[in-house]
Amino acid sequence: MAVSIATFKGGVHPEYFKELTASLAVTPVEPPKQVVIPMLQHIGAPCEPLVKPGDRVLVGEKIGESEAFVSAPVHATVSGEITAVAPHAHPSGQMIEAITIESDGEDSWEQPAAVEFDWEKLSPDEIRRRIREAGIVGLGGAAFPAHVKLAPPEDKPIDTVILNGAECEPYLTADHRLMLEQPQQIVTGLLIMLKILGAGRGIIGIEDNKADALRVMRQEIEGRPELKVASLRTCYPQGAEKMLIEVTAGRTVPAGGLPMDVGVVNHNVGTALAIARAVTEGRPLVERVVTVTGGGVARPANLLVRIGTRVGDLLELCGGMKEDTGKLIIGGPMMGLSQPHPDIPVVKGTSGITVLSDEEFELEEATACIKCAKCVDSCPVNLLPLFLAEAAEHGLIERAEKYRAADCIECGCCSYICPARRPLTQWIRLAKAEVLKRRRQR
Amino acid sequence: MNRKLVVSSSPHVRSIESTQSIMVDVLIALFPVALVSVFLFGYRALLLMAITVFTAMVTEAIWLRRRNIFGDGSAAVTGLLLAMVLPPTLPWWMALIGAVAAIIVGKQVYGGLGHNIFNPALVGRAILFVSWGSSMGGNIWPGPKLFQFGANLAAVTGATPLANQEEALAVTFSQLITGNVAGCLGETSALAIILGAFWLFSKKHIDWRIPVGYLGTVFVMGTFFGGGFYHGHLSTGLFHLLAGGVLLGALFMATDLVTSPVTTTGRLIFGIGCGVITMLVRLFGTFPEGVTFAILIMNALTPVIDNFTVPRAFGEVRRGA
Ligand code: SF4
Ligand code: SF4
Repeated sequence: MAVSIATFKGGVHPEYFKELTASLAVTPVEPPKQVVIPMLQHIGAPCEPLVKPGDRVLVGEKIGESEAFVSAPVHATVSGEITAVAPHAHPSGQMIEAITIESDGEDSWEQPAAVEFDWEKLSPDEIRRRIREAGIVGLGGAAFPAHVKLAPPEDKPIDTVILNGAECEPYLTADHRLMLEQPQQIVTGLLIMLKILGAGRGIIGIEDNKADALRVMRQEIEGRPELKVASLRTCYPQGAEKMLIEVTAGRTVPAGGLPMDVGVVNHNVGTALAIARAVTEGRPLVERVVTVTGGGVARPANLLVRIGTRVGDLLELCGGMKEDTGKLIIGGPMMGLSQPHPDIPVVKGTSGITVLSDEEFELEEATACIKCAKCVDSCPVNLLPLFLAEAAEHGLIERAEKYRAADCIECGCCSYICPARRPLTQWIRLAKAEVLKRRRQR
Repeated sequence: MNRKLVVSSSPHVRSIESTQSIMVDVLIALFPVALVSVFLFGYRALLLMAITVFTAMVTEAIWLRRRNIFGDGSAAVTGLLLAMVLPPTLPWWMALIGAVAAIIVGKQVYGGLGHNIFNPALVGRAILFVSWGSSMGGNIWPGPKLFQFGANLAAVTGATPLANQEEALAVTFSQLITGNVAGCLGETSALAIILGAFWLFSKKHIDWRIPVGYLGTVFVMGTFFGGGFYHGHLSTGLFHLLAGGVLLGALFMATDLVTSPVTTTGRLIFGIGCGVITMLVRLFGTFPEGVTFAILIMNALTPVIDNFTVPRAFGEVRRGA
């Protein structure tokens, strides 16, 4: 395996457990009998439902839309009848308005409206419009509307597009499989992005624990001097936006700034694939690859599933949750959200479902901070998590702001490494939210 | 499937390292040093170590009303570290008092592990030193005489009648490195100390900045101001490094997690500060040895250092004033 020197300062080395699913090809799952499609599956304004109970819809039909720029429409993912438009449990922990569709079992698709599918003949504006219409958001988990990132203001020229294939989150292998199975589509997606941004350079960053993906992607970009595959050292959070840009492009995103401030746009490899399909096939985002994994699930798998499928149904498909299941996480164990029950839908940002058995995580009492500074050394953005968390714990928001709570990327490294088991990230997250809220009010 | 799922904030997995495992690693790191001291000083060393370790653990368990006397392991570490800075001739009951003092005055009055300002083992030693200075220093300790280099080198080498200074140095060095000189239990063998420290480095429990700052300063100051007519000679600097408690202090005492800075810049400043104070005491002070006091003084400054060395956040252009 090629040893790559490219890495950032800090970070941690959790056990990856990717072997559970890394060699399992993506398996398409039959469209479910019922889907629940939340009106908010992205960062930004929620959609308004375009349908009402009793309406019949086709797969790919738009059923929710918003006027706001920072938003993304949602589509029907099975054909059939709308049975409910009502708040439903959502992976975010909130109740969010959602549309329930009972499938007619036909799986009839709406015909794409577009006629021209050769992306090289399309104007940047038309491509952006298609991306927005297809409802594409960041599929790595952040779920930021893709078309917004691809429409930077005039004064921020973009010269580099970075694709994130690091997949540094433990357990998850969805992106890994996509790179192995659909490298061509990913590269097409990248080329489309270069075109609409007028950028001259594309970099695909992949952690060096995925030697096969590195090889496949390198083959795929052969003969394209504007593209590059960067091998990154395996270290969490190598795929965090700021870290990835620093390591692959050698540019430091300013604190409080965005990648476009340094001429960079970055997207996940899965998003690139979705963009390619939206532009070259007119296909809206109705399905995604989800890794179902962890010691609590009988048969881990990488599944291609319709958005809106119940998480509980997917778990059943994988042999169900084992007796000793202790935690159900949407996403991976470092940044994912734990859930009280599996009656929630897969949404656009659901990259994985990690089911941890009692042995795989521990609930331990926090003890006194021994000032070992391991949290300090692990923080990729150079904060002092121990003091930040202490300030947050005592409600000292100004102090937390002085210690730059707002710069925390919530990666979880500090909590992961803390030998005293202090829930640092949890406290800092609260302080960060409060600091940002106060800033908005000012 | 009706069991309750745990809902908590991410991350959902934790490193296997715990406070206790770190303390156990420190104990392992001290093993070579302890072994050499038993080899050199025999059962007295073993006795002192047993007394300090046991007393420290029991004192803490009683104070905290805890049944498990090992607990998080920090008391055992304090006890063993204290033994390392005691002379082998010390009466056993003094060692016992030192251990009780280290745990109570050095740690528990502040609220226990993590809240203490000063290195507990050094607090124990300082208290013994102030109370029974002659038993603590005594003739057995080569520290004081070593540093008046040019003046009476003969005293350094003791009985060995060597005519020429270079040879005298050579002999003394090899003794210092392998541990064949009189001193406190753990301050004798540079090799054993470095071996133990390597373990801590490899486990990332200690960072290079404190020891390098400390030892580097001692070496530089030792070389230039270190001794009589040997001014500017590198071997003088080396001598200052290897003699007395500097090496043990720099690698095991100054690096104490709780009482040293957490910022990276702060660690370097802390190490350099320890080095400067140690050398000032050696060169001008009336105390025979400055390591203990240097570290204790820097311990007191640690919160201030941390406060003034808050690092810039990733991508932060300048310090937000
Ligand atoms: S890692 Fe935990 S124990 Fe160590 S300094 Fe940070 S908060 Fe304290
Ligand atoms: S403080 Fe924030 S950015 Fe730093 S390690 Fe903790 S969670 Fe990550």
